[in-house]
Amino acid sequence: MHEMSVTMSLLDLVLKEAAKAGASKIKTVNIVLGAMTGIIDRYVQANFELLSQNTLAEGASLSFRNVLQQARCRHCAHTFQISDFEWNCPRCQSSEIEITGGNELYVESIEVE
Amino acid sequence: MEIKVLKDILSANNQIAAQNRQLLASKRIMAINLMSSPGSGKTTLILRTFEKLKDKARMAVIEGDVSSSIDAEKLGRAGVTAIQINTGGGCHLDASMVNSALLNLPLDDIDILFIENVGNLICPGGFDLGEYLKVVILSTPEGDDKPHKYPLLFTQANALVINKTDLLPHVSFDLAAFTRTFQSFNQRAALFTVSAFTGEGIEEWGKWVMDNLRKLRTANKSK
Repeated sequence: MHEMSVTMSLLDLVLKEAAKAGASKIKTVNIVLGAMTGIIDRYVQANFELLSQNTLAEGASLSFRNVLQQARCRHCAHTFQISDFEWNCPRCQSSEIEITGGNELYVESIEVE
Repeated sequence: MEIKVLKDILSANNQIAAQNRQLLASKRIMAINLMSSPGSGKTTLILRTFEKLKDKARMAVIEGDVSSSIDAEKLGRAGVTAIQINTGGGCHLDASMVNSALLNLPLDDIDILFIENVGNLICPGGFDLGEYLKVVILSTPEGDDKPHKYPLLFTQANALVINKTDLLPHVSFDLAAFTRTFQSFNQRAALFTVSAFTGEGIEEWGKWVMDNLRKLRTANKSK
């Protein structure tokens, strides 16, 4: 829902990293995005195209690795993916879980020239 | 050439949040980030808490809204120091907004700072403000099915306040089912059932707030 502010931060971050490396162009940005953040990748993509105009990142492609919500069962220690409809442990059916993944929102790497 | 980055996209926000946290700690202020849907009773809960605790602690409020100063005025009339932030359409508060508000508050005269986030169960969860505690409020008319629908906020909560319990006879809110669902994935949060309207349950909630203030102060002293 707040993709614009996220994209502005994303652009600042990659421009800084590229400048540090003395790069002249950012080709690809590899992003890890957890499902729980509520951030929608195609909106980030559209915002990025607009915001990156006339910067080193213009024309860069954003590559998203989407991480689903992960959980660990507190009864049998099984780890599993939570789906939108099923939160119980698929092995022992317990509902007592610990959420272990899905709130990732970071830049893994950038490819530059 | 590939450059490893491994940085949170919101790291700029997180850095300002860390500065806020440090500033608040140096002033021994306990900041509570209050998050909920619009209309769940954040402002009313703050007013009740103020009435309950005003002899024990000095309180102030950073009031976040998309527009208007209705809430800050309401708090001001009740004698609460409140500063309004208008996000101008933004769906959440971020650390820099809170930072500018902090610079305009009498920090030496505050023990507890409530940060009333923009009413929204999604976006505020992504933004650290530098608070000491995150509290989520859910009111009974909103329904008992919310934890699985908005997991991010509910996993982060240090406390969950179920508000408008006076409406329980009139709405289909299954308190036991709600508690079961919520606690299935968040076991650490304290749980309160209150009616900010009638004052029911405010005693226990106020006690928790004061306990946490004491905890923070003791931890601060031992540093």
